[in-house]
Amino acid sequence: MQAFTYEAPRSLDQALSLFGSTGDNARALVGGTDLLIQMRAATRQPTVIVDVKSIPELQIISFDPQSGLRLGAAVSSVRIYEDKMMQDKYPGLTEAAWLIGSVQIKHRCSVGGNLCNGSPAADTPPALIALGAECVIASTKGTRTVKAEDFVVSPGRTVLQPGEILVEFRIPAPKPHSADCYQRFIPRNEMDIAVVGVGAAVTLNGDTCTSARIGLGAVAPTPLFAKAASDSLVGKPLNEQNIAAAATLAQQIAVPITDMRGTVDYRKHMVGVLTRRVLTEAAARAKKK
Amino acid sequence: MSGKVHVEATLNGEQVEFLCEPRQSALEVLRDVLGFTGAKEGCLTGDCGACSMVMDGRVVCSCLVLGPEMQGHTIETVEGIAKDGEKLHPLQQKFLEHAALQCGICTPGFLVAAKALLDKNPKPTEHEVRFGLAGNLCRCTGYDKIVRAVMDAAAVMQGR
Repeated sequence: MQAFTYEAPRSLDQALSLFGSTGDNARALVGGTDLLIQMRAATRQPTVIVDVKSIPELQIISFDPQSGLRLGAAVSSVRIYEDKMMQDKYPGLTEAAWLIGSVQIKHRCSVGGNLCNGSPAADTPPALIALGAECVIASTKGTRTVKAEDFVVSPGRTVLQPGEILVEFRIPAPKPHSADCYQRFIPRNEMDIAVVGVGAAVTLNGDTCTSARIGLGAVAPTPLFAKAASDSLVGKPLNEQNIAAAATLAQQIAVPITDMRGTVDYRKHMVGVLTRRVLTEAAARAKKK
Repeated sequence: MSGKVHVEATLNGEQVEFLCEPRQSALEVLRDVLGFTGAKEGCLTGDCGACSMVMDGRVVCSCLVLGPEMQGHTIETVEGIAKDGEKLHPLQQKFLEHAALQCGICTPGFLVAAKALLDKNPKPTEHEVRFGLAGNLCRCTGYDKIVRAVMDAAAVMQGR
């Protein structure tokens, strides 16, 4: 690994001035489960590593029934899936956090890192997209927010500009009779990279869907918000026929590649299968809320 | 540009302090700086678990932790599992009895991960053991003997 300097600021202000002065040469470190591997492979070679785990704003998990969830970018997967509030309010995002890697990896990795790594196949971005998450980005110049579906711009690249860091996610409080769900397909039981991953969040009024959001992973250069598929469900009952129609619309925006994990046709097929399954499961969960 | 960093941590119950380069992983610090060679270098990508250590009660891959990140944290390695460094832990005893190792390279990582698993879940099902140890790879045993050893150790520790 190339030499670098290590900084572990204890406040957001300190971190922002560090990033402000080092710009493109700095990289934020949370779990290191992607970054250190990339540095060993020399695909990323930052000269300054800023360990952001000691910054209180990046470690926050707080829920308010009005303003919703604030989830710090450095909160580890294990803190998310062991959190009763997260399990109850955001079961789909919790599932996605739980699916990332082995126990060893989940004790270190974060949702923020999962998104900032910029992988098209990451598990948490489709769940974040389904929940309508907003990403709060800060620099010495101020803060801005970007929708989860707009954060990754190409494989390995994000909207973050030199000097900026991802601080937290803001996620709306679930309305009554709302729930989310995330599922992925992998060819083994655990510890693999998604062939396809789909997240969905729905709100019901009786049997009628009043809101739906579907996020897709591993089927395009970036995680996708399946807008047409999501909008097609609003005002309709979440029955088999409407769910199948939405799944078809989701398949239409999938532009996957063929690789060792699956072919284009197979991935498109799986978008349909998983979209149906997550919508059905999210609806079943929403009915109990 | 990258002078050595001074780090203080707790290792297997004892205070340690050391100097390391920022680019040295916790695994390199354990093995090359502190002389604790139990944790093994396998893949260096977080896939094999041979370098497993426990950090603040949670098992992690020491190859994916930087030495400076150990500052102020509590670290446990395979060297700390046997009581007073002598009396084998039930897991170690059962690994021997069940022949749950052949070449032995993965064994420290399995012991560390299995102990962390049993500390959290003293009566795991076989499925939970297999799932909990999925981050540790063994190319010799085919896993069955390891799983049996862990299940048996759990039973012994429960007084069954």
